[in-house]
Amino acid sequence: MSDPLYFILCGVCVALVLIGINMMSKVKKAVGGNLLSAAATLFAMVLTVIRYGITSGAALYVCLAAGTVAGILGASKAKMIAMPQTVAVLNGLGGAASALVAGASAWDGAATAFGGITGGIAIAVGALTFTGSFVAAGKLARIIDSKPKKLPAHGFFTVLLTVLTVAAILLGTFGAAGWNFAVAVLSLLAGVVFVMRVGGADMPITISLLNSLSGVAGGIAGMAIGEPLLVAVGGIVGASGLILTQDMCRAMNRSLGAILTGKTTTAPGAPAPKAETPEKPAAEAPAGITEADVAERLRTAKKVIIVPGYGMALSQAQADVARLADALEKNGAEVKFGIHPVAGRMPGHMSVLLCEAEIPYDKLFMMEDINPEFAACDIAIVVGANDVTNPAANTAEGTPIYGMPVLRVADAPMKVVCNFDTKPGYAGVPNPMYTAPDVLLMLGDAKVSVGKLIGFVTAGK
Amino acid sequence: MSPILLVLIFVVSAVLGYFIIRAVPALLHTPLMSGMNALSGITVLGAMVAAASARWTVSLVMGCAACFLAMVNVAGGFALTHKMLRMFAGKGEKK
Repeated sequence: MSDPLYFILCGVCVALVLIGINMMSKVKKAVGGNLLSAAATLFAMVLTVIRYGITSGAALYVCLAAGTVAGILGASKAKMIAMPQTVAVLNGLGGAASALVAGASAWDGAATAFGGITGGIAIAVGALTFTGSFVAAGKLARIIDSKPKKLPAHGFFTVLLTVLTVAAILLGTFGAAGWNFAVAVLSLLAGVVFVMRVGGADMPITISLLNSLSGVAGGIAGMAIGEPLLVAVGGIVGASGLILTQDMCRAMNRSLGAILTGKTTTAPGAPAPKAETPEKPAAEAPAGITEADVAERLRTAKKVIIVPGYGMALSQAQADVARLADALEKNGAEVKFGIHPVAGRMPGHMSVLLCEAEIPYDKLFMMEDINPEFAACDIAIVVGANDVTNPAANTAEGTPIYGMPVLRVADAPMKVVCNFDTKPGYAGVPNPMYTAPDVLLMLGDAKVSVGKLIGFVTAGK
Repeated sequence: MSPILLVLIFVVSAVLGYFIIRAVPALLHTPLMSGMNALSGITVLGAMVAAASARWTVSLVMGCAACFLAMVNVAGGFALTHKMLRMFAGKGEKK
C-alpha cells in the first residue's frame, strides 16, 4: 500500500472514531456510536495487516483470537454493580499492552533517540497505568482496604521514583537497552505508590486519570514505533480522560494536585471520615417531623425528587429505590432523580446503577437541571448521599467543601434522608440538614429505610 | 515518520477529541469512559507490528503478549460499553 493511500485511510479511521464518539452524546444514538468506534478499530487492524504484510506468524493471530474471546467472555460476565473495577482492570491491561509494545521495539533496538526516549516513556506510563489500575480495581472491589495508605516520606518516594525513572529512560536510550527493564520495574512500583494513597471519594478522579494515561501510553508507544494511527487515537483517549478528570475535580472543588498527593481534606477537629462498611447504625433520631408526617406527604405528593449517592450502591438499594419510584408514580406523583457528577465511585456511576434497576434514563437529571426544582417539589428523598447535598458548601467558609456545587436538597419543603449514620461524609464537614426540623432521618441500611418508605406509600390500599 | 509530525498528530487529535467529547453529558460518562477505554486498546496495532517484525524471541513474546492483552482490552471494552448502552437506551424507550 502506498504511503499517501495509507495516510488517507488512517485519516478516515480517525474520523470514524470521532463520529462514533460524537454519537455517544445522545443516549439513543450511543449504541450505534460505540459500534462505529468498534468497527473503526477493526478497520484499523485490517489496515495494519495489509500495510505491514502481516500474513505469517500464527502465534500473533492465536493471541489476538484468545484475547477477543477472553474479552467478550469477561464483559458478558461482568455485573453492572462491578462496573468501576471492571473498567479499571481493562484499562490496566491496555496500559500493560502499550508498555510491552514499547518494550518489544526497544529490545529490537530503537533506530533513533526519539524512538528510544518515547519508547522509554511509553514503558513508564504503560507500566504505571497497569499497576495503578489494578490497585484501584482492588480498592473498588474492596479486595484491598479502600482507605488512603501513606508510606513514611511518601512524597520523597514519589520524587525519588520519578527521578530514577527519568534516569533509566535516558540510560536506556543512550546506553544499553536493558535499562528499559529498570524503567518498567520502577514504574510498576510508582503505580502502586501513586494509587495506594488515594481513597474512597477520590476514586472517580483517579479512574479518569488512569484512563487518560492508558491513552497517552498508547499514543507515545505509537510515536516510538512511528505509527500515526496509534498516535492519533491515543491522543483522543488521553483528551477524553483529561476532560473527565477536570469535570470531577471541579465538581468536588478539589485540585488534582491535592488528590494526587493524598490530602484528605478533613476539617480540623472533625470526626474520622465515614466508615465504608456498615457497622452499628446510630439509634437516636433528632426531633422534628415524624414518620406519620412523611407517610402522609408521600401518599399525596405530586412531585418527588430522589437523590442517590454512593450509600445506595453500597447497600445495593437501587432496585428498592426503583420500586419506591414505581409506587409513587402509581399514586400519581412525578418522580425525578437528581444526580451529582461525583456521586459514586466513577464518573456517571449513578446512572448505570439506576438504569440497571430499570429506571428510565429520561428521569435522571444532572445537578444544574434539577437544582431549581427542589423548591417546587413536595418532598425530596436522599438515599445514601451526604457531601453532595450538604448545604454547608454554600455557607461554611473555610471548610473543604466551601464553594463545591451541591444538590440543593435543602430547598425542598420536606426531606427524608436515608443514610447509614449522621457522621460527616468523606469531606469531614457536618451536614446541617441532619438536624433541620423539616427532615426525617432514617438511619441504617438504605435498603431497609427505602423498604419502609414503600410501605408508607402503599399503606391503606 | 518524522518525530515532529508524530507529535503534531498527537496534539491535533487530542484537541479535536477534547471538543467532541465535551459534548457528552455527564450522565453518559460511564459508557463514555468505558468506550474510551476500549479505544485505548488501539495499541493492538502496535502490538501486531511489534510481534510481526520482532527480531528476537524476547521481543516476539512481548509482542504476542501485548496482542493478547490489548485485544482483551478492545473486545472486552467495546462489549462492556455495548451492554451498558443497550441498557440505557432500552430502558429509556419503555413506558
